[in-house]
Amino acid sequence: MSAVTVIYALLFYTATAILVVGVARKIYTYARTPQPLKIPTTPAPTTRAGVWWRMTCEVTVFESLFKSNKWTWLFGWVFHFALVLVLLRHLRYFTEPVWTIVALLQPFGIYAGFAMVAGLAGLWARRFLVDRVRYISNLSDHLMLALLIAIALSGLGMKYLTHTDIVALKAFFLGLMVFDWQPLPADPMLLIHLTLVALLMIVFPISKLLHAPGVFFSPTRNQVDNPREQRWVAGWSAEIDNTKSSAR
Amino acid sequence: MANFETPALGEYQTIPHLKEGTMAHSKPFVAKPEHQASVGFPGELVPDWENVAVMKLGELVSKSRALQVFLDSCVKCGACTDKCHYYLGTSDPKNMPVARQDLLRSVYRRYYTFAGKYFPKLVGARAMTKDVLDEWYTYFHQCSQCRRCSVFCPYGIDTAEISMAARDVMDAVGVGQKYSNEIIGKLHKIGNNLGLPEPALRNTLEGLEEDVKDDIGVDVKFPVDVKGADVLLVTPSADFFAEPHIDGLIGYAKVFHAAGISWTVSSHASEAANFSMFIGSHSNLHQVAKRIREAALDLGVKRIVVGECGHAWRVAYSFWNTLIGPFDFLDRNYPVPQHVCEFTYDLIQKGALTFDKSANDDKIVTFHDSCNVARASRMGDMPGGQFVIPRAVVRAAVNKFVDMAPETIGESTFCCGGGGGLLTDDLLELRVKGAQPRMLALQQVVEEYGVNHVAAICAICKSQFTKVLPYYKFPMDMIGSVHGLVSKAIRLGPVNG
Repeated sequence: MSAVTVIYALLFYTATAILVVGVARKIYTYARTPQPLKIPTTPAPTTRAGVWWRMTCEVTVFESLFKSNKWTWLFGWVFHFALVLVLLRHLRYFTEPVWTIVALLQPFGIYAGFAMVAGLAGLWARRFLVDRVRYISNLSDHLMLALLIAIALSGLGMKYLTHTDIVALKAFFLGLMVFDWQPLPADPMLLIHLTLVALLMIVFPISKLLHAPGVFFSPTRNQVDNPREQRWVAGWSAEIDNTKSSAR
Repeated sequence: MANFETPALGEYQTIPHLKEGTMAHSKPFVAKPEHQASVGFPGELVPDWENVAVMKLGELVSKSRALQVFLDSCVKCGACTDKCHYYLGTSDPKNMPVARQDLLRSVYRRYYTFAGKYFPKLVGARAMTKDVLDEWYTYFHQCSQCRRCSVFCPYGIDTAEISMAARDVMDAVGVGQKYSNEIIGKLHKIGNNLGLPEPALRNTLEGLEEDVKDDIGVDVKFPVDVKGADVLLVTPSADFFAEPHIDGLIGYAKVFHAAGISWTVSSHASEAANFSMFIGSHSNLHQVAKRIREAALDLGVKRIVVGECGHAWRVAYSFWNTLIGPFDFLDRNYPVPQHVCEFTYDLIQKGALTFDKSANDDKIVTFHDSCNVARASRMGDMPGGQFVIPRAVVRAAVNKFVDMAPETIGESTFCCGGGGGLLTDDLLELRVKGAQPRMLALQQVVEEYGVNHVAAICAICKSQFTKVLPYYKFPMDMIGSVHGLVSKAIRLGPVNG
C-alpha cells in the first residue's frame, strides 16, 4: 500500500466526516431554531402545497434571482445545473453496476464540465467588472470561485490532456466505501483534482456554501401566508399567554 | 441641518456608480435616558458594552431561524445591490442591502463562526468596536425595512430582519434612536404615538362630526369608547388630525355610516402603528399590541378593522394573531383583523355603497403600493389581494386611474423613503434622496398621463410624500388617502337617492 493511497484514503474519510457532520449539525441548528413570527415575503402561497411549488421554483430555476438580474441568473444557473450533471456523471465512480440514468448522462456530463467553467468565469468576471459586486466581494468569495474552477479544469484536464487509470480510481473509491483499501493511481492531475475536491468538502460547512441547506429553511420563502387563518406561535411567541392579563 | 442636493430625476432609473461615504454623516438624534427608560432600555452606553452587544447578538440569532439562516447563507451574488431606494438615491455603497447586512454579519462571523474566529481577514470578519457601533447607528438608520431586497434575494434574505436585530442590540447597550423610542414611550403612557389624551381625542372627533355635517348635511358619527359596537376601528393616530390622513378617517366613517354598521375607536388603543417592530423589540411589540386585545374585550366588539397604515397592517395581519390571539371572542365570519380596504371592498361587491365618481373628476389618480402592505401582508383570500383590493376601491371612487411602471409597483414597489422609523426631520436628507425612485416613477405618469393625485394607504407614506414632493417640484397636496377619494365620491342619505 503506497503512502499516496493511505494519505488520500484518510483525507477522504476525514473530508466526508467533516462534510456530513458539519452540514448535519447546521441543518439541526436551522431546524431547531424557532421562527417566532410569520415573515413570508408576500405575495406568498396560502397553502403548504403552494409553498412546495414556490420552493421548487426557487431551487430549480432560481426564480427570485431571475427577477433580479439576468446575467447573474444566467451564469449562476448554468453553473449550478452543470454542477448537478457533473456530480451525476461522477456517480459512475461510486456505483457498480452503473445506474442506467448515470450511464445515459455521461456525454452531457462532459459538456457540463465546460458549461460549469463558463458559468463560474462569468460569475467571477462580475466580481471584477461590476463595481457594486466588486465592493461586496471578500477574499473568500474569490477563493471559492478559484477553487471551483480549479476543480473543473483539473477534471477536464484528465479527460483531454493527461488521462489517468480510471478503472483503478473506481476500484479505490468502491474500496473506500467498504473499508477495503485499493491502490490509488498517483497521477499529478488526479491528485490535484482529489485534493481540491476534499478541500471543498471540508470548507462546505463553514462557508457560504451553507446557502444550499439554508434556502430550504428561509422563513421568507418557506412559510405559508395564513397568519389570520391559523395562529402561529414558536419560540418566544409560544410563551405568550394573553388569557391571564386580558380581562380588565 | 446640512445642506444637500435633491437628486435629479432624469428620464429613467439608472443604477449609480458607488460613491463611498456620501451618507456617512447621516445620523438620527440619539434617544435621551428618559426615552430609553420608557421602553425598558439602559439610558446610556453600558459598561463593557462590547461584550453586552456580542452576547445580545448571539442571543437574538439563537432565537430566530431567520437570522440564523440569513447570516450564514449570503453568497455575495450582488442580486440585491441595485434594489434599495436608499442606494439608488444616495450612491453610498453601504446602502446596498448586502453591504448593510455585512455591517452586522462581519461581527457575527468574528464571534460565532469558525471561519470568522480563525480567518477573520479572509471572510471579512471584524471585532465589535466603537467605530463599528457608530457605523451601525448610521447605516441601520438608513434602512426603512421595506423588504424590497428580500424579493430579489435567491435565499429570501430580508435586510429588515437584520436591521431590526441591529437596532435591538444597540438599544440593549444603551444607544437608541430618539424618534422611535420616544414615540413608543408615549404610546405606553397615553395610548397613541401623538400623545393625544382621551379628552383631546373626543374633542377632535366631535369637531369632525360638525365638519362633515356642515359639508354634506349628514350626521356621520365618530364614536369613541362605545361599548357593544360591532366594529373596533384601530387606525394610525395621524388619521385624527394630520393632512391628508384625516380625509381617510372621514371616508371610513362615511362607509360605516352608509353600511349601517356600528363602530367605535378606543381611547385605550387609539393607535394602529407599532413602532416596536422598527426597533426589533419583542417585548415592546407585544406590550403595544396588547392594548388592542384589551380594548376589544373591554368594548365587547365583534370585529376589528384596521385603518390605512403600512407597517401597522403588517403587524396586525401577520403578528396580531400570534401576539394577542387567539381571537375566539370575535366574530369569525370576518377576517381578524380586517383591513379597512377589505371592509369597503366587500361592501362595494355587495352593492351596499353608492358612488358618484364624477366628484373626483378633477383628479387623474395613481396608487402607491406601501412597502409593508405589498411585501409583508395580504388582503382578501388570494395572494396579491393587497394589490387588487385597494385599486378596486380607488377605481370605485374615481373615473381616471393609471398605474405607475410595473417594476415600481406591486411586489417591486419602491418605499416612500420614510418608513421603518425614519420619518423624522433629523433624517430629512436621507428621506428626500431615498424618495428618488418613487418620485421618478411618479414623474413618468405625470408627464405621460397627466396624473395629479397619488393615493396611498399608509400614514407614514402620506406624511413622507407631503414632505418630499415639493423637493421634486410636485405640489405637496398631490398625496391623498384612498378613503379620502372614497369620502369625496360616496353618496350618503336615502338609499338609491
